[in-house]
This record gives sequence, C-alpha cells and structure tokens, in this order.
Amino acid sequence: MGGIWVFCEWSLAGVRGVSHELIGEAKRLGGDATAVLIGNDVEKYAEELAASGADRVLLVEGGELDPPEELRHAAELARLIRKYAPEIVLIGATAFGRNFAPRAAAKLRTGLTADCTRLDIDPGTGLLLQTRPAFGGNLLATITCPDARPQMATVRPKVFPRPIPDPARPAVVVREAPGAEASPVRILERIAGEKSLNIGDFDVLVSVGMGIGGAKNIALAEKLAERLNGALSASRPVVDAGLAPYFRQVGQTGKAVSPKLYLALGISGAIQHMAGVGAETLVAVNTDPDAPIFQHADYGMRMDCGRFLEEVLEKIDGG
Amino acid sequence: MNICVCVKQVPSANEQRLDPVTGTVIREGVSSILNPFDAYAVEEAVRLKAKFGGQIAAVSMGVPSAVETLRRIVAVGVDRAILLTDRAFAGADTLATARALALGIQKIGNVDLILCGRMATDGDTAQVGPMLAELLGIPHATDVSKIGAAGPEFIEVARMADDGYLRARLPLPALLTVVKEINVPKLPSVAGVLRGRRAGVDVWSASDIGADPGEIGLRGSRTRVVKTARPEPRAACRFLSGAGELLEVLKGGGRA
Repeated sequence: MGGIWVFCEWSLAGVRGVSHELIGEAKRLGGDATAVLIGNDVEKYAEELAASGADRVLLVEGGELDPPEELRHAAELARLIRKYAPEIVLIGATAFGRNFAPRAAAKLRTGLTADCTRLDIDPGTGLLLQTRPAFGGNLLATITCPDARPQMATVRPKVFPRPIPDPARPAVVVREAPGAEASPVRILERIAGEKSLNIGDFDVLVSVGMGIGGAKNIALAEKLAERLNGALSASRPVVDAGLAPYFRQVGQTGKAVSPKLYLALGISGAIQHMAGVGAETLVAVNTDPDAPIFQHADYGMRMDCGRFLEEVLEKIDGG
Repeated sequence: MNICVCVKQVPSANEQRLDPVTGTVIREGVSSILNPFDAYAVEEAVRLKAKFGGQIAAVSMGVPSAVETLRRIVAVGVDRAILLTDRAFAGADTLATARALALGIQKIGNVDLILCGRMATDGDTAQVGPMLAELLGIPHATDVSKIGAAGPEFIEVARMADDGYLRARLPLPALLTVVKEINVPKLPSVAGVLRGRRAGVDVWSASDIGADPGEIGLRGSRTRVVKTARPEPRAACRFLSGAGELLEVLKGGGRA
C-alpha cells in the first residue's frame, strides 16, 4: 500500500471537496491512490471516494475518533504511515489540515510543503515537485523532499478539478483498528451558525474592497452573491473597518480561495490580497483606472461599484 | 504562568522583494519588521502576565540584526529576549526551524505556555508552531482567537475552524498560534521604549543550545527549494462596457 495517500477530511456535511480533488490529482500523477478515512461511522463515505478514483480506502473507525481532533488524527495518520510506508501523502490545506499535517510530519521527521497549488512528478528523479506561492504570491517556489519519506504536502482547496464520479468503481476497504494514544486536548464545544460559512467552498465569490462605497453596496454585493449561488467575501481593510467579519476575509492574512469566478468590487489588488486569490476567472470593477487589480483581472470595468451592482442585479432579476 | 513567545523578523513588504528583470529576491535595502501576527502573540503574553503573573521570554531565530526587532518587543513588556543566530541555522525549512526553537526553549526552561503568530508573512506556511509543539511533546492549538479560563494546569481557548469556531481545553504546557482577532496590540510606552533600548538581548549560537548540526539549518532540512519562478502573467485585462456585457461574456463560458 505504498503509492499516493490522500487524507480524507470530513465534516457533518460529508467528505470535503478537496479530498475528492486530491484523489483525482493522485490518479493524474499516475499513482496508486489510497484514500485514508479516519473517524466514527465514516465507512459510508468509502463508495464516493472509490467513485472519485481511490484504488482502496484505508478505514480507521472508532467512537473515540469523533469529533475529529487534530492531535489524535496526526497520531493515527503517522502510525499508519509507519506501517505502510506510502511515498506521498496529500492533505487538504484546510484549517484542520494545516493544523494537524505539520504535527504528523514532525512525528515522522519528514518534510512538509504548505498550501501547494501545483503538483508534478519529476520524470528524472520520480520525486514529487510541490509548487507553492511564496513571498506573498510574488514567486512560485518548487520544493522537493529528496530523502525523507513520505513526501508530504498540504494542497489548497479547489485548485484541482473534482473528478467526475464513476459509480461502477468498486470500493475496496482495508480496515485498521485505531491505535494511537488519546489526545490530551478536549474539544468542549463547536460553534457554527452564520460563522459556519466557509468562503473557500464557493465557486463564486463576490468580494468587496474599500472602494465598494459603503454598507448599502456591501448588502447589494451580498445579494448578487446569493443570485450567483456564491458568497460574499472581503478584503482586509473592509474587515478591519468592521464592515465584514473576519471569516469572510480573503488574502494573505485571511483565507486563500480558488473559486471559478472572483468578482472584485472596489478592491485595489494589493499583493497581500492577491496572494490569497487563485481564481479561474477574475472580474474587477474599480473607478481607479490604474488600480493594480486590473493587472490580475481577465475582465475589467472602470465604473462605480454601486452603479455596477444596480445594473447587474436589474439584469439578473429582470430575467 | 511563564510564557515564551516565538517571533520572526520579516521583510516589511513583499512587493519590494523581487528584481523585476531577473525575478530574483532582493534582500538589500529592504527594511525589516516584526512579523505582524507575532505582535498579537506578544500582546497576548503581556495580557496573560498581567492576569496570572510569571515571566515572558521572547525567542527568535534569525540574522544578527534581528536584535533590534527583539528590543522593540522588550519595549512592550517582554522580560527577556533571546536571539538564536548562527550560520548553521541558515537555510532552515520549517522542521529545522522548529528544531532550533525547541532547543532554545528547552534552554530557557520552565515554560508553561508558548505563543506564536498564526504564520509568518514571508513564508506563509503556518507549520513551525505545530511542528515545535510536536518536537517538545506538548499539545497545541492553532488559529486561537480567544483565551478563556486558565489555571496552573490548563488553558481554554476558542479557535477558528473551517466551519466556525470551537472551544478546546489543553493541559499545560501547551503551544498556541494566534490570529489577529485575539486582541488589539498596544503601542509601547515611553518608559517601555527606553527599557527596550537599554535591554540586553541574549544571543545564542547553535552550540549554545546543543544543536546537532545535522538537525538544523539547511543540513537539517528535509525539503529543498529546487526552482523559483515568477507566476505566468495573465493575458491582458479585457475592458467591458458594463454589467450587460459582463453577463454575456460569462454566459459564454468566460475566457477561452
């Protein structure tokens, strides 16, 4: 069971999209892909993981693994890695993944590359080429882990496509009993509510900067986001000004997002903001013709955000 | 509660750092600042000390000039500052960095709580904190936005998660990485600045902390940077007349 492992993260809403994306990427890299699923009552996810391309599902189930807790997960994953010695381990760069992956890598004394946006296999050496933005997105660094094993990387959600499921693929389940020591950390409470919204999960983000023109336009931007089945996000200055909560913040000090469509309204496009944006299509609306955002945009409109929002909502709602 | 804050000196701005022609990193003439996230960790340490007593040490691994950054931290209330500096530390990846910090903290001794910023703005990895906790054999929590009840044996925190927040209780000693929501850092007082100016910073080499040369710096790093490149520039922006044209373009599947 060497090959490529994908740690599959799940929440109450099911297996996270990034886990499916990474199974697809593992297959693209030419690997034998093992989906690692750790938790309580999670065998039900084995079929969808197989349908996404997992050659087998390594399943570790136990009541003590619920709720998911990072230290315990790190210990279980490290134990499995020691036993089966995979070449490569891929983990979604979610808050959970970026919390527990370094712990697992340090246990194994191996390398870990954070928040990769591209993976390849070096045809000469067979090493995993792990590419990630560095210096606030100014540079792309390609990193290898030549000697230690496994080669571990966390990968940003939504940079790879989700595989089209093939329900005919049979789920091959390999069971392992949980065996790592209990974590000293106790989860006391989970607080969801509006704050349960994860802007990284959306294909469309309507993102507002200080050029948006006030709270009224932010409300219109949120309305547009709803119409597009997307979410409202914001730049750091907007969050710092108290006009949007931190969980909506995009950028180096907020969330890194990779939506299909990123609609930047009144965002100047500072490098710290752009470091967190990896959109398929970027549309910018700004009154400043020299705003750096236009250098990153596929489509631009030099106009007032309020006028743009009124126009676009009228067109959408008017049919 | 004895606290150790891990800090890093980072370049003040990312955009100045690349030669526009060669794409290589320019280090000369770029001013350095305390990693912005670390300011929240320092502030939280000062607040915890006011509440629970104890001593605050700050430790940093970096170039000799990072002494100045450490002095500025003394100005806001850190009792003791230590700089780990040695050519042998150079080129460290996150694991080798965590190793050096772990040895430094063990030398400081008797630490109940380690505070780190969520990540450094130059590397952006957020890996050193959890790795450091693992090497020290203590629990950690990342993205902490609030510290609640605490006692000699435990600490309760609120953490940001992907789907909201969660509250957790950790036994001490423990390591926390903090986000900017946790506090608003205060400016140093005049007396603090003067204290910082006079403050001595302990400078420790690799041998001072008993580091195995094979476990620190580039030699101790498991990862290698094999290539750096500038991101491919996007095709030039196409300017549209307004919302109507945009919807037409997006309906057509966006840019081919």
